[in-house]
This record gives sequence, structure tokens and C-alpha cells, in this order.
Amino acid sequence: MTTAAISPTIAAYASEFAAVRASANSNSSSWLTSLRESAWAEFEKIGFPTTRRGNETWKYTDLGRLDRETFSRSFGEISLAEVKSAAPWSDDWQTAVVVDGKFVAGLSNNLSGAGVSVTELEASAAADEAVIKSALGQVAKVEGNAFVALNTALFSGGVFVNVAAGVETEQPVHIINIVTAGADNRASYPRTLVTAGANSKASVIESFINLSDGPQFVVPVIEVSLGEGSTVTHYRIQLENEKTIHLGTTRTVHPANAVFNSTSFATGPAIGRNDVHTLLAEPGAETTLHGLYITNGKSHQDNEISTTHEKPHGTSHQYYKGILAGKSRAVFSGRVVVKPGAMKTLAEQKDMNLMLSHGAEIDTKPSLEIYADDVKCAHGATAGHVDKNMLFYLMSRGVSRHDAAFMLVAGFAGEIVDEFQPAQVSEFLYKKLETIIPGLDSEGIL
Amino acid sequence: MLEVTNLHAKVADVENGEILRGLNMTVNPGEVHAIMGPNGGGKSTFANVLAGRTDYEVTGGDIKLDGESIIELAPDERSHKGIFLAFQYPAEIPGVRPWQFMKAALDAQKEARGEKKLSVREFSKLFDAKVKQVKINPDLMKRSLNEGFSGGEKKRNEMLQLATLEPRLAVLDETDSGLDVDAMRIVAESVNALRSPDRSFILVTHYNRLLHHIVPDVVHVLVKGQLVQTGGPELAVEIERDGYKRFMPEPAAAGA
Amino acid sequence: MTSSKTPPSSISRETDLSGMEYRWGFVTDVESDMAPKGLNEDTVRFISAKKNEPEWLLEWRLRAYKHWLKLEANDAEPTWAKVKYPAIDYQDMYYYSAPRSKDAAPKSMDEVDPELLEAFEKLGVPLHERQKLAGVAVDAVFDSVSVATTFADKLEELGIIFCSFNEAVQKHPELVKKYLGSVVPYTDNFFATLNSAVFSDGSFAYIPPGVKCPIELMTYFRINTEGSGQFERTLIVADKGASVSYLEGCTAPVRKTSQLHAAVVELVALDDSEIKYSTVQNWFPGTKEGVGGVYNFVTKRGRADDRAKISWTQVETGSAITWKYPSVILKGDDSVGEFYSVALANNHQQADTGTKMIHMGRNTKSTIVAKGISAGFGQNTYRGQVKIMPGAENATNHTQCDSLLIGDKCGAHTVPYIEVQNPTARLEHEASTSKVSDEQLFYLMQRGISEEEAHHMIITGWSRDVIRELPFEFAMEASQLLKVSLEGAVG
Repeated sequence: MTTAAISPTIAAYASEFAAVRASANSNSSSWLTSLRESAWAEFEKIGFPTTRRGNETWKYTDLGRLDRETFSRSFGEISLAEVKSAAPWSDDWQTAVVVDGKFVAGLSNNLSGAGVSVTELEASAAADEAVIKSALGQVAKVEGNAFVALNTALFSGGVFVNVAAGVETEQPVHIINIVTAGADNRASYPRTLVTAGANSKASVIESFINLSDGPQFVVPVIEVSLGEGSTVTHYRIQLENEKTIHLGTTRTVHPANAVFNSTSFATGPAIGRNDVHTLLAEPGAETTLHGLYITNGKSHQDNEISTTHEKPHGTSHQYYKGILAGKSRAVFSGRVVVKPGAMKTLAEQKDMNLMLSHGAEIDTKPSLEIYADDVKCAHGATAGHVDKNMLFYLMSRGVSRHDAAFMLVAGFAGEIVDEFQPAQVSEFLYKKLETIIPGLDSEGIL
Repeated sequence: MLEVTNLHAKVADVENGEILRGLNMTVNPGEVHAIMGPNGGGKSTFANVLAGRTDYEVTGGDIKLDGESIIELAPDERSHKGIFLAFQYPAEIPGVRPWQFMKAALDAQKEARGEKKLSVREFSKLFDAKVKQVKINPDLMKRSLNEGFSGGEKKRNEMLQLATLEPRLAVLDETDSGLDVDAMRIVAESVNALRSPDRSFILVTHYNRLLHHIVPDVVHVLVKGQLVQTGGPELAVEIERDGYKRFMPEPAAAGA
Repeated sequence: MTSSKTPPSSISRETDLSGMEYRWGFVTDVESDMAPKGLNEDTVRFISAKKNEPEWLLEWRLRAYKHWLKLEANDAEPTWAKVKYPAIDYQDMYYYSAPRSKDAAPKSMDEVDPELLEAFEKLGVPLHERQKLAGVAVDAVFDSVSVATTFADKLEELGIIFCSFNEAVQKHPELVKKYLGSVVPYTDNFFATLNSAVFSDGSFAYIPPGVKCPIELMTYFRINTEGSGQFERTLIVADKGASVSYLEGCTAPVRKTSQLHAAVVELVALDDSEIKYSTVQNWFPGTKEGVGGVYNFVTKRGRADDRAKISWTQVETGSAITWKYPSVILKGDDSVGEFYSVALANNHQQADTGTKMIHMGRNTKSTIVAKGISAGFGQNTYRGQVKIMPGAENATNHTQCDSLLIGDKCGAHTVPYIEVQNPTARLEHEASTSKVSDEQLFYLMQRGISEEEAHHMIITGWSRDVIRELPFEFAMEASQLLKVSLEGAVG
């Protein structure tokens, strides 16, 4: 990554880090303190990736705002009732509530389940040192990544989900990340570590809800340390406001036969980034990365989806769909790397886009880098408008043009939304679609 | 002509799992042999081993053609010696036209035998005649080899190749599977038309259906990698009536 | 491209070249006129003076040279392509090398240096009119200088101009001045800028309004002199309603040192015209160990006006490094752009090639069929951009990229950039990666075809959608080239 010029705004983050450093006390784990120190050093070294020329990783997403605006951490208050009305909720689930980036045990529910414990990451750092130290910052590495570095240096509390070996859960862990109303230019750094024991099976939902209407800076990182033969299913819901910069990172490392499936739903932000990288480090690993992005107005949503196959018999599926309206812009930058010797790899990659208005722009770049010959890899991308033949077909059966268009757009989205489980989550998203879709600036089609 | 003695074979790159376990068989010039047997008995393996498919490894015994061992020969060299395999699942090859393929194959065969190659004109004439003979849709000849062909069309295309190359020993691997009555008749006609005192056939089949149209001289039953019984056409009739039950090992033995 | 700091000497290590498979690798012993080694303003002036160029062209070259100096000072040599090579020392090469003729340029074929004619005969490009290829007019370019053009008289009757670039500058300055740099400006990119400053010759073709060029036009490029860069410039203009099919072939001798080839091709297709541009590129690829070979850093671009069509077909088997993206600017309404490519990277070859389709006009249509073959240690990258500008209503693109890997030490990469700014556009991009399957090989071999021939048959079949776009003779040559280039990689 290109070294960025040190911007004046960096000073603000520096003083925040100074505060974190000062508040480290005898209760803090020394290894965690040094992890934060090295993360900060990395961030100071590389700065924000705002350079435009030769910056392939951020080719289509300009973060210039980060050089001009300052964001800092502060924490608001919220009631349980407000949380429950803002996000899907079930008393059967294990729910962790994170407010403005800080884990709040008092709002959380069912934290210690059978075989799955949900705790504050920082508080567990000493007690669960053996597990946490070998995973935290090891799966989501700070090197060359300003936002993982910033999150690692500045996260408050964090959430630690530990799934014991062999456990198969029926109910999900839900992590509700809320940005509260009441203050602008707030920075929050939600951090989640999931460790899945060998042959365990669990699912984790992350909801990102923004209750403010001002500009915020949300920088979440989730890293998933998988055990051999384990399966983690991950759902990511990003409902942002149109002034916010939301740059999320998801990282996994797969031992043999480990499976990570992730489905993302992203809408709303001024600048959003869903940066996922799964590393299939041992044979027989599998990953399925699906997502839906809906952009409207001047929103900008970037999806940086990457899978590396290091060993034989790995399988990966990338499938993203986009709905673009208004003057919005979306990016799909998919990458599949098949390393030498990773024979019998199966990799699929696809991005499909529905363009609803003039002024919207999709930049899609599904790329393959293949260094092994006995593999099956395919990718594809499409962009187009609502299919006129389908529209006509529905209208010929008496459906109004408006309703027909809604059905087609919702149907396009539904393929991804249906994947969200339990059903209560997909129902929650369908409700959202009912307001999001008619609000799209689609030149009168919707 | 063909002499198979104590043939053992297994899937290459696999430790165990011998599929052929001491198969013996002799085919004389002009004879039509049928190899019947239950699924998994090793019929297709035998057909492919005869043609030299490298997915299988011969672990013992020998295959002799006209007294010479062909075990060490590559598939193309066996083909030059006159062995033809009609595939159960012919490969699809994009961009290669059937015409071009057959011309190249016949050229290679003639060259290997020290015969004069056909000119483009001579070959076209020959090929067109064969296309008519096996009643394959000529439009298919403009497409890529086997790509988008139906199951029946693929089998007809195999018969077209058989008719064009005129091998000395043709091995038909389940050519009758999945064919309708008309296609079956085409296969039978192709084989019957080519029957001659110096050409032999091995028909590998699960059912007796094909044998109603092509009357074999010898019928073998292949079970668990060995020919457990050999007889005349009446053996096929018996199998059609009673199935393979009588040839199967006792349940206790099967469990061993 | 990653220009490592390894000194260039590492590629000129002594290596036994006797085992070479490259069949076009002979050196022709002709006397050459050369500019002194290195690049400075005097080099540019020297070249321009040698060519007896008008002042405006010298000025243009000098502007390009000054721009290039700026680019070089800013390290603007492109580094984004997936290729690696030692840093190029731009002062350590010859920028001008011309076969020396006793007097002025030859008036007829009989006056062309027999050594040169023989060289082209060996390449299979007969320049004697009596041996002319049926229906192909040939312009032969030897070390950047056009040495002979066949059929020129006959074309002249139709008003078609087909001559060396230099001759066009002398005889048709108004056409050259009007179109030179109109599609690839001298500021375009590092290598195009360098070419604009030092280009020595190339081909020029102009087809007048409504004329369908009845024969194929062909330029045959040959690098001969050691240590010389080749910087030719081709400009083809199809006036309104005109059409032309143009072929380009290239070879170079076997050399231990690498040679830079930085050409520029500009195509101008005015309303209702059609240009078909076919390339069979067989520059010296370097030895099996990766020593020497041509660095083929080429800028090719066409502009299609209303209802015009530009079609690029390329079979790229040569060069140590290929950096090349023949592009079409679909400026006019209803214009069409096509790109058909087979690129092969065997041994230590590296290819980063693809296309750009820039849709500006309404109802514009582009098709991309790109096939990459990787073998040995070869690295093959398809890099393509499809951009739909806001005003390009109802634009369509279909892209098909396929990679074939032969062996487990090579790489195949696909990097498409699809940028859509208009909702009425319809785009589809598909890509797949495969190897020659054992089933396919066994099937062909069972019918008596040797393993090597079976590989060749499968590979050319797989490339067929591209090869069939070539004129017939070229298609045969391309198929043979694929075979020869893959010798040793299969079987």
C-alpha cells in the first residue's frame, strides 16, 4: 500500500491514542497493550489510504474526507427498549449490545449459553489469554491496513465469542452495534473476535444501526479464528445514514475443513466499505461470501471481497448483487487467488447489478489470480436495467407498472435477503426493503 | 487375435481396490464377444484398460494382440494397431470439428501403418458416405466435437468414427445405454455391416437388449473382476430372464 | 510493472542459445545507419533530420520528448501491470537504426538490397511482386524503417494510400498532420510518449470515402540490429464509408539482450467505415531460461465514429513481455468495437494484455473474446476495461475471457474493470479457467492421434473463436505458431 502523506487530522487520533495509553492500568493485559502500541505505530506509519495515484486497493473509493474532517470517540446512552425497536431481537438469542463502539453488558442478554460464551474482549484478555492472544490481531492483521490498525489501537472493550469444540448451536449470537443520536463526528471502533473450537458450528449476526442523522465514522473489525472442521455462519447488516463513513473489515483464517459463510446486507452510508478476506490456509476449507448492496442518493458502497486458496481441495463462492439508484456509486472488487499447489480448487465469483438511474455508477472488478492448473475457476459480472420483458409480463397480468417494478427489484434483492437466518432476520430486512425500495430515485420506475 | 491372461488392474494413484482380478479371455478373428455383468463388476474398466487409459494401472497379467504384448503401448499406439473403443461418455472438445478430428485420426493411422494418406477430397467423399450410413445429422458435423450433442447423437457419432476408422478390434462400452429403439438399430446396423472374418468385436453391456440385434458368438459374465461364466448366446437369454443373481457370490462371501 | 533494481546485465548473461526453438532468429548482415546510443534532444533532432521532416513534426516530437522527460522524472513508467523486468536503461540503447541504402530510397523492388529481400523471404514474406501473396499488399519494416511496399501502384488507382509513414509525411503531410496523435496523443502514456519523440517509421494507410480496399494490407515488422529499440508508428484512416483489412506480423532475431519495442498504432474510422486490424505477434520470446527477448510495450487504439466498426484480432505468441491493450473509443452513435485475442505465455514469458472499450455514443456495442494460454513458468494476465460513459444510452458489451493452464508452474490471471455510468447499458462478463482434461486427451489418442497433436488440436479448438477472425493465411500461421510455441510444454 502506498504510504500516505500524514494528514493534519491524524493528530486527533494521536491524542485519542494517548488517552487509551494513559488509561491502561494494572488490570490491562500487557500483551494487549503492546498489541495496541504496534497497531498505533503501523497506523502512524501508513496513515489513511487517501493517495489517488497507483492506489489500486482504493481505486474507486476516495477517502479524502478523512484528511479534512476529524472524528473522535464519545459514548451516548440508550435504553433497552430503543435497542429492541431498532434491531431484530429474540430473547432466545445470545445478544451483545455495543453502543458507540463500547460493549454494554447491562443491555446484553443470555451471554453465557451452552458451549458458547459471549464476553467483553478486553475484560477476558487476562483470563482467556491462551485463546485470545493467539487469535486477536493474528487473523485481522494490522500490517498495511490503516483501519484494522486504528481499530486495534482504539477499540473500547470489544466482544469475544468463544464456541467450545464440538458444540453445535441452534440459536445465533447477535451483536447489535448502535451509533446513538446526539453527537456528530463520533468515531466508533467495534471489535469482535470469534473463536470456534474444532468441529463446532455456530452463527453470528452483526447488526450496525445508526440512530443519528449526522456524520459519523464507524470502523468495525470482526476476526474469526476457526477450528478444524468448524463452521461459522456470519450475517452482516449495515443500515447507515447518508453522512456516515462506515469501513468494516471481516477476516478469517481456515484450518483444514473449516467453513466460513457470510452474507452481507449494506445500505445507506456516504462512504461504505465491506472488506472481507478469507484465507483458506489448509486443505478442504470452504467459504461462501454473499452480499447485497443498495445505494441511493449520493451514497457510495464499496465491497472488497477476497479469498486466498493456499492448499488443495478448497472451495469458494463469491456472489454479490447491487441495486443502484440516484447519483450513487457502488464498487465490487472481488479477488480470488489460487496459490501454487492449491489443486482441485473450486472457485466461483459473480457480481450482478441493477442500475436504476442515470447518474449512478457501478465499478465492478471480479478478478482471478491463478497459479495452479488443476482447478475450476469461473467468474462473471453483469450490469443492466430492470428487464423490460419481465416488466411487461407482470403488467400483462394486470399488475401496475409500479408494483411490477417493485416486485422485480425486491425479487432481485430477495435472493440474498432469504439467506439471513433465523427467519426473523430476513423478515426484518424485508420490512426495511419495503421502505428502502420505494425511496430509491429510479426515474419514476418505482 | 486378442489374448488376455490373468489381467489385474486398479485405479492409478490408489493404494488398494483392485477392479480386475485375474481376467482371462481369447478373441479370435471375426468373433463377436459380449461381456455382460452387474454394475461395478469391472466391465467399463476392462474396456478402458484394453484401450490403454492411464487412469487405470495394470498390476498383473498381460494383453496380447497378435501375440505381442500391448501393455506398454500408449492409447494412440494401440489405436494404430487397430483397437477402437466406443466410449460410454465421449469427451466434449470445444472448437474441434468432427470432420477435422476424423481426418487427423485417419491420417495418423495411415501414417503409422505406412499407408498413403487420403487427400482432402478423398476423405470428404469417404466421410460423407459414412455420415449417411450411420444416419447422423450432418449439421452436427459443423459443431464442436460432442459439444451439445444429445446422448443418442454422441453414440451415433461413435459409430460414425467406428465406420470411418474400420478397426480390427472394436470395443463398445455400454454403447446401448440410454438409447431409444432407433438409435439401437443404428448401432446394431453399424456393427453388423462391419462384421468380417478378420474383424472382432467386444460388446460391453449390462442388458441383453443390444444382443437381440447383434448376435454374439461368445457371451461372458464378468463379476468382481473375473469372467465367471462363458457360453453362447443362450447365456444372454438366461440373464435376461433370471438376472445376475446366480453369478453373484453368496451374501456371506460378499461381506468378506 | 515492477521494475526491480536488478541491473540489466542480469539478462545479458552468457547463455548457450544453440538449443533455441525460435525459428525466426537469424541475423541479417546489412549495413545500418545508426544514431548514437542514448536519448536526448539531439537524438530526436537527428531522427527528424534523417527523415527530412517538416518543422511541425519536429516540434511535435520535441514536445513529446519534453513531456517524456517529465514523466521519467516522476517515475511515471507504468507499474500496474503484472509483469516483472529489470529497470530499462533508456540511455543504453539505439533509437535509430536503418538499413543503409547506397543512394536514396529504392524506387522499385529491383533496387531493394538483396540481403533484405532474402531476409523477408526467409520470414515467409515475399516482397517480389512476382511472388506476391495472393491479394495482399505488403509494407516491410526492417528495424523501424519501411524498406518496401508492394502493390502501391494498384492501390493508388483506387485512391488508397498505403506507404511507409515517412513517405506519407513527405507526400501527404495534410493527412498526417490532421490525424497524427488524434487518437493516441503524445501525452497518453510513458511508452506512447517515448514513441512520439523517437518513432522512426511505420506504415500509413488512407482509404478514401466509400472505397472498400479490395486486398489485405500488411505490414511486416522485423527488428535486426542488436541493442536497438523499435519505435514504429502506424496510422490508418478509413474515411466515410470506407473499409479495410490490415495485417501486422512481427519477428526478431535471437539476442541475448532484451530489446524494447514501443510502437503506437492509431486507427481512425470515420462515419460508416470499418477497420479490421489483425496481428500475429511473434517477437523473440527469450530463451527457455528467460534470457533476452523483446519487451513489447505497445499502445494501440482506434476511434470509431457514427456507425463505424473497429475490430482488433491478435494472436500473441512471442515477446518476453507483452504490455498491450488494443482499444476502441466508441465515440459515434451505433459504433461497434471488437477485440479477439489469443495470448500465449510459455517458458518465462509474461503477458499482460487485454483491451479497453470506451462507450461514448448511443447504441454502441462491444464484444471481447480473450483467450490466455499459460505454460511453463509463463504468466498470463487479461486486463480489460469496459467503460460506459453517462451519455452512452443502450450500450452493450459482452466479454468472454478464458484461461488454459498447462503445467503447475504457470499463472493465469483475469482483471476486468467494468465501469458503468448509464443505467440503460447491458453488460455481461464471463470467464473460466481450465486445463486440457485427461478425458479429452484419451479420447483423441484412442483414435490414433499422438499426445502432442492431441494437445495441439484441443488448444487450437479452444482458441477457435479468435483464430477464425483472422484472414485465412494468417489463421494457418497462427495455428502453427501456437503449436511451435508450445513445443516441449505439452506431452
